[in-house]
Amino acid sequence: MAKMILSMDGLVLKEIPLDKERITIGRKAHNDIQIDNLAISGEHAAIVTILNDSFLEDLNSTNGTLVNGQPVKKHFLKNNDVVELGKYKLKYINEAPVAANADFEKTMIMRPGGLKAPPPAEEAQARAAAQTVVGIEPEKTSAPVGQATASIAAAAVAPAAGQAPAAPVQQQLPAVIQLLNGPNIGKELELTKTLTTLGKPGVQVAVIAKRPHGYFLTHVEGAHYPIVNGNSLDPQAYQLEDHDVIEIAGIKMEFYFKT
Amino acid sequence: MTMKLVEALEVVARTDPGMVRGHNEDAVFGDVSRGLVILADGMGGYNAGEVASGMAITLLSTGLQPLIDSCRPQESDPATGKRLSHVHIAQQVAITNDSIFKAAQSQPLYAGMGTTLVVAWFYENQMTVGHIGDSRLYRLRGEAFSQVTRDHSLLQEQLDSGMISAEEAKFSQNKNLVTRALGVDPEVEVEIHDYDVLPGDIYLLCSDGLNDMVEDEEIGLTLQTLQNNLELAADQLIQMANDNGGRDNVSAILVKVRGDFAAPVCWWRKLLAWFK
Repeated sequence: MAKMILSMDGLVLKEIPLDKERITIGRKAHNDIQIDNLAISGEHAAIVTILNDSFLEDLNSTNGTLVNGQPVKKHFLKNNDVVELGKYKLKYINEAPVAANADFEKTMIMRPGGLKAPPPAEEAQARAAAQTVVGIEPEKTSAPVGQATASIAAAAVAPAAGQAPAAPVQQQLPAVIQLLNGPNIGKELELTKTLTTLGKPGVQVAVIAKRPHGYFLTHVEGAHYPIVNGNSLDPQAYQLEDHDVIEIAGIKMEFYFKT
Repeated sequence: MTMKLVEALEVVARTDPGMVRGHNEDAVFGDVSRGLVILADGMGGYNAGEVASGMAITLLSTGLQPLIDSCRPQESDPATGKRLSHVHIAQQVAITNDSIFKAAQSQPLYAGMGTTLVVAWFYENQMTVGHIGDSRLYRLRGEAFSQVTRDHSLLQEQLDSGMISAEEAKFSQNKNLVTRALGVDPEVEVEIHDYDVLPGDIYLLCSDGLNDMVEDEEIGLTLQTLQNNLELAADQLIQMANDNGGRDNVSAILVKVRGDFAAPVCWWRKLLAWFK
């Protein structure tokens, strides 16, 4: 559950769980969070929480409400946002569920009129039922269609065993392609995009895909496959290595990492 | 020069469990000769999600196939005045919904299961699209890549009411809440619309495992770059979702319109239409 941490001059005063749909902040006693300070308006601000998202609203306070130093009327709160009312600070904490909980992004149905959280028992039960085993290697299904009679229905795939979730996306080393012949000889092309196409449309085209663990060359169209270091590729993607020489549609080029 | 559907359409379907999930609860279906593609993203405990999406795909495709073979979808139904394609989709969705709902009621293991749905039916240079939940249909026409369906989700409702901006929506923790699903209630409303189809168009049907992991702009660029190799384009989309974390099942169906597929019009039909 999301919460607000109330502090003044770096001193933590209180932790407020956002467990109600609407929580009001102000100087007067009827507020959910009362801050007895003259810089705070009677009804200063409110926080509206809808399931896992919270919105901050300034209730036309005299001295205003700041979020991360900017005055706001209405604001969609993000994790670690700092709300300021006078000398008081409220830090919004809404940590995304840990990745180990595999069902955290499971699609769920919201019943009409069901903005309220389900009763705890039901929720716990649902969670238990939705628990999936972590550390399972996904098996690929691919179902190409295209023949006249083709009529396919690729549904569920049985899981196989043992692999950790995806490694975090790492920054890929910058790389370039330099042309070795043709009219643009010597020209360099930086591989900044996810996909870079090479060749002549209608004749021969290949693509270099930039992925977290490297650059991959794949044939796209044409009767001939790209040639790398003198060998013709097969339909599989080929992971490029430093100083590979590629030949596509008669043009030779060198791939290398920029250091 | 008009082409038959099988010549005019190229269809590629892919589904992958992703990098985190053990089960694949998505299901895809494509029948080029009838111009029918269906995608479903199931939800529910244990394997109930895959049961729901599998049922949806199977029941809907087997229900629609004979109807497709025997009707002219753009004609209107004499009883309701609605287009036949709408009537057939709505009816078959209702039957499918009923079956999934009853299965969920009778089997404790399947209680609460449901599925999203997006179905596209191509005929005579047009298509009818039906959808429920947050599985989407996108279109690439020329350089313009756009989302055709609007999600039935809490986030979309918040966007519509101006409560949250598109930029803020990317950070929302409520991405996975759909407001409509197939099989969870005795009745469901499927949203149905018709669209013109042009040669060169590429349509993408996908589950949220793709559009949550890959920005629309990247999806559009991929389709544009790889439009001459549809299989590679589909593989690339799945790969991008997995490279970005692959937190959910990922599915994509690509439909490329190679040519005109208007029905050859016979003289007496023209005459008949003229008298109507």
